[in-house]
Amino acid sequence: MKSHRHSALGADGPSPARLDVEAAGEWSLVVRLSGDWLLSSDVPAFTEIERSIRAGSARRLGFETAALGRWNSALMVFLSKCTDLCRDRGIEMDTSGLPPGAANLLRLARTAADKRAPASGARSATWLERVGEGVLAFAGGAGGFLTFLGECVVALFRLLRGRAQFRWSDTFLVMQECGPQALGIVALINFIVGLILAFVGTLQLARFGATIYSADLVAIATVREMACLMTGVIMCGRTGAAFAAQLGTMRVNQEIDAFQACGISPIEFLVLPRLMALILMMPLLCVFAAAIAIAGGFAVSTLMLDVTPTVYVRRTIGAVTLVSFLLGLGKGTIFGVLVALTGCHRGIQCGTNAAAVGRATTTAVVTGITAIIVSDGVFAVVCSALNI
Amino acid sequence: MPARVDKIEIRDVTLAYGSFVVLRDIRARIRSGAVFVIMGGSGCGKSTLLQALIGLRAPTDGEVLYDGIPFWGSGPEARQERLRSFGVLFQNGALWSSMTLAENIGLVLGEFTDLTPPEIRDLSRFKLSLVGLRGFEDFYPSQVSGGMAKRAALARALALDPDILFLDEPSAGLDPITSRKLDELILQLRDSLGATFVVVTHELASIFAIADECLFLDGSTRTMRAQGSPRALLERADDPGVRAFLTRGASGMEPTDPAHAALGNLTKE
Repeated sequence: MKSHRHSALGADGPSPARLDVEAAGEWSLVVRLSGDWLLSSDVPAFTEIERSIRAGSARRLGFETAALGRWNSALMVFLSKCTDLCRDRGIEMDTSGLPPGAANLLRLARTAADKRAPASGARSATWLERVGEGVLAFAGGAGGFLTFLGECVVALFRLLRGRAQFRWSDTFLVMQECGPQALGIVALINFIVGLILAFVGTLQLARFGATIYSADLVAIATVREMACLMTGVIMCGRTGAAFAAQLGTMRVNQEIDAFQACGISPIEFLVLPRLMALILMMPLLCVFAAAIAIAGGFAVSTLMLDVTPTVYVRRTIGAVTLVSFLLGLGKGTIFGVLVALTGCHRGIQCGTNAAAVGRATTTAVVTGITAIIVSDGVFAVVCSALNI
Repeated sequence: MPARVDKIEIRDVTLAYGSFVVLRDIRARIRSGAVFVIMGGSGCGKSTLLQALIGLRAPTDGEVLYDGIPFWGSGPEARQERLRSFGVLFQNGALWSSMTLAENIGLVLGEFTDLTPPEIRDLSRFKLSLVGLRGFEDFYPSQVSGGMAKRAALARALALDPDILFLDEPSAGLDPITSRKLDELILQLRDSLGATFVVVTHELASIFAIADECLFLDGSTRTMRAQGSPRALLERADDPGVRAFLTRGASGMEPTDPAHAALGNLTKE
């Protein structure tokens, strides 16, 4: 049997592939194939034989391959097209003149292809349909999130009653990952935020000769607002994305299905530890972040802006009220809940392939940050209305 | 008369993960056009040996030769060139999930040939038709069954008309009928293409159906214990471990029909 070889390994250069169509009697055509029919070399266009068949009234197509050299899939694609054309035009195709391997492959492709794929029935949607589908998808997504939220609340109540399928060891592990291991990035970002606030604030306050109030500005801004906001954003990009990727991969590997099949609630076993970890760690991270940001402002004010350390510390202590402190902690905790919920929800509802995990991670971060900013805006309005 | 050059020669190969030796002193010669099966129990190093054959894990000792040319001893470019003459079917198919079946095949063709997009499309369709998946070109891997995904992965392995096809557990996760059809397909492709097949499996029915020659690896001694055609191993192997494997642990059983042996003790149990 003549085996074909990929040209990269061929010892000789390919000889040009040729195709000649000749009439053999009144109703027959013979295709003479010669040269090397390889993917890596030019082969005759299929239109040559198509033209000959369409022009004549042949009822039978045969092949003559005595001069055929090396061949591979280039020949098979050509022969496959010949088969389709002959079938469409009711022409008998005689493969006896082909190399045995090629004839076998052709037979294999023909018999194996008998089972046709179902028609997909896909057609392009109009813009109105797309808008409608978009609205329905949004409504479906919102409904799905509310269901998830409800399940989480129920799971929390079950935890409080000591009936949840929940392991504190998992929670401590997640706390370690999203608490102590996040200290470095939280410290870096908040220190820089403190520096910026001190710089920008002092430049403006200096116009009124009120440079000393930069300590008040930094303290109030960080404790009430920036520390929890920046920490929330950091945790969303760091921990929320990790939650989505972990749970998404578990979805792909059918691990979540396995939990459900075993009668274990994925919400209680997977989501609750992550939710609890962030609820417990976010307030601590916010206190740490505020302290570091104040240290950043202290560094700028005392080293570069001629404010004495004693004055800075005294003004900071005077500026931070218990209400501001608790407000910062409360917002930080809420942001932690939002990060955990969006990350876990995107992971749980992830598709079953690698691309879906990527999408789940991206949407978890985008949704989480959006939710944090929106809820911070709501807090600002409510605090203003309550005069807090 | 010139000496016979084997398609593949595994020459005293030793494989290790760090200081842990998985396999040592593996020797085998595989002739062109043969179906060579690497078999053995779970964890005996079958897939590790396959990794050494397809360029994913360098042996700590020994060499693999293709057409008499050392593979690991040659430079990276020569190895890359050689890799293009391989087709690999991974255990779980490893189709790229973000691409359709046709795109899975077309990516390889587009990367390593000068074919135009319509030619790539035609060729992808032909390769899929070879494995019975004509009409499924625009389906994603997640939209087809496990058996179809495996066949699509085989079509991808065939994309570049490989000289050698490496199949890692081709029957894993398939029902017996689909598994038998896949075995038949492997034999038809071998007969039609003239390619050499290296198959890693522990499915006895498949081994007796397709193998010209087998290499039996043993996890306890971490080396090879027998080599030969499955029928010869079954009839003549005096190694109790090999016999136990080939008879599914039925010691003392003397099946005359390999298919009976392959199906093992199902009826007895």
